[in-house]
Amino acid sequence: MTTLARGRTRSFVAPSVIPGFGVTFGYTLLYLSLLVLFPLATLIWRSSGLGLSGLLAVAAEPRVAASLRTTFLIAFLAATTDLLFGLIIAWVLTRYAFPGRRLLDAFVDLPFALPTAVAGISLAALYAPNGWFGAPLADIGVKVAFTRFGIYVALVFVGLPFLVRTVQPIIAELEAELEEASATLGASRWRTARSVLLPPLVPALLTGFALAFARAVGEYGSVIFIAGNIAYVSEIAPLLIIVKLEQYDYAGATGIATIMLGISFGALLAINFIQAWSRRRFGHV
Amino acid sequence: MSELSAPIVTRAPAPRVGARAVTQDPALARHVLIGVAVAFLALFLFAPLAVVFTEAFAKGAAKFAETFEDPDAQAAILLTLLTASIAVPANLVFGLAAAWSIAKFSFPGKTLLITLIDLPFSVSPVVSGLVYMLVFGTQGLFGGWLNAHGIQIVFATPAIVLATIFVTFPFVARELIPLMQEQGTVEEEAALTLGASGLKTFLTVTLPNVKWGLLYGVLLCNARAMGEFGAVSVVSGHIRGLTNTIPLQVEILYNEYNNVAAFALAVLLASLALVTLGFKSLLEWRHADELAGRGRH
Repeated sequence: MTTLARGRTRSFVAPSVIPGFGVTFGYTLLYLSLLVLFPLATLIWRSSGLGLSGLLAVAAEPRVAASLRTTFLIAFLAATTDLLFGLIIAWVLTRYAFPGRRLLDAFVDLPFALPTAVAGISLAALYAPNGWFGAPLADIGVKVAFTRFGIYVALVFVGLPFLVRTVQPIIAELEAELEEASATLGASRWRTARSVLLPPLVPALLTGFALAFARAVGEYGSVIFIAGNIAYVSEIAPLLIIVKLEQYDYAGATGIATIMLGISFGALLAINFIQAWSRRRFGHV
Repeated sequence: MSELSAPIVTRAPAPRVGARAVTQDPALARHVLIGVAVAFLALFLFAPLAVVFTEAFAKGAAKFAETFEDPDAQAAILLTLLTASIAVPANLVFGLAAAWSIAKFSFPGKTLLITLIDLPFSVSPVVSGLVYMLVFGTQGLFGGWLNAHGIQIVFATPAIVLATIFVTFPFVARELIPLMQEQGTVEEEAALTLGASGLKTFLTVTLPNVKWGLLYGVLLCNARAMGEFGAVSVVSGHIRGLTNTIPLQVEILYNEYNNVAAFALAVLLASLALVTLGFKSLLEWRHADELAGRGRH
């Protein structure tokens, strides 16, 4: 037993002529533990102090419950919108040649690169009652800024690149033979798109959806300027964490954060499952 | 739908259909889809970007320039530069160490380690700030001790730097790890058996091989470090001229209805985003094969 254990310890890392494993691995673990794992563990430790009943009590507070509902519902709707338009954009950018394609392609990453506060104030300015989009929308009686619709617009913005960038490489790898076979067997182009082209894209679409959803749930900067932040109506959960912190209600803030963290990890886990399933089903991610 | 598929159906029986024809969508569908994609991107991406610039210059260039004479704005710019100049190199060194140990060696638990490195990406920025409050805040784990010794971490630069490191943690590592895994260890082994030292091998073999990927990761890391809002907002305390980074200063100015100043500072960040996107696209076009093949083309 002891020899076996020792043998295993000795071969933790496979023998190699390359030096530096100890230093780099040790540094990686130390840096990761101090800066990421320890602070996150503190959150878990704090919330375990609340206990499950404490967590449920936080979630059941009417204002918290309303903010969680708003956050998850709108994040879901926004990610669904991104799913639909992300697929179209990814298809157009990968399959069609047209002037300006490369520029558009580069711009898809704008929500990744543009700081969220900048996105937030510019969306608020766009959809304000006197803004470029806000004014004509106000004429037909649609109010976007300072409503839940505003949150939706901001979340669609931040989630879009996740869908496009996850689906694009899979579209590029689709095998032309299958499409040709489908066409020569007499299928219409629409039929081919639906039953030959779409199925292999499903795992990537779901992965992109989960990524966009997870991002949207945690999003703060781009939302708070356009949302109006009316309690019970357009207040998102991350904002409520900040409100609780400002009231020195660390327990409440920790509770909301733990619930959100749980959902993010759920999404992460879902992505891993989708990818494992996809590898089995299609041989790629 | 029948109109869309009509050309294919009529052409299908013809014997000399080129491979491109059957794998191409009908012209009408193509135009509609391109129209939808362009319209969506224009509405959701181009318009917000354009508004930043038009709002900043709404009252003329002189008003725009005035923003940067404000000492608080200057302090915010300096703090942002200082924060990025600590956070980016710190994560760069970590990224190299992590990629070296993960890509060049084989040991159990690698997938778990990579997942843990990616963790900060799946945590809400606000939660990223909160965890540091729970560690260093007045009611936090070390709050009492820090207070007794007069050490200020939250509502001061140290926490801003820590929160920034947290949110930008995976950028360099997740670019380098797959890239160095693809490249394997053959070249390093050759250099080592020819008598090069470990450091020399790293500097003359590994580093040149990953330089574009490294630059790519650093670019994205820097853009996020300078633009981070949520996490920094939690730990900063919003003290003007002292603990406000550019994004936080933008928020304060905007909430004071000082639109020109808010958007003028936002122009700085938007320009950074555009430069980052430009370099990123350039790297993807010129050096695609020297970047990690992770869904780019």
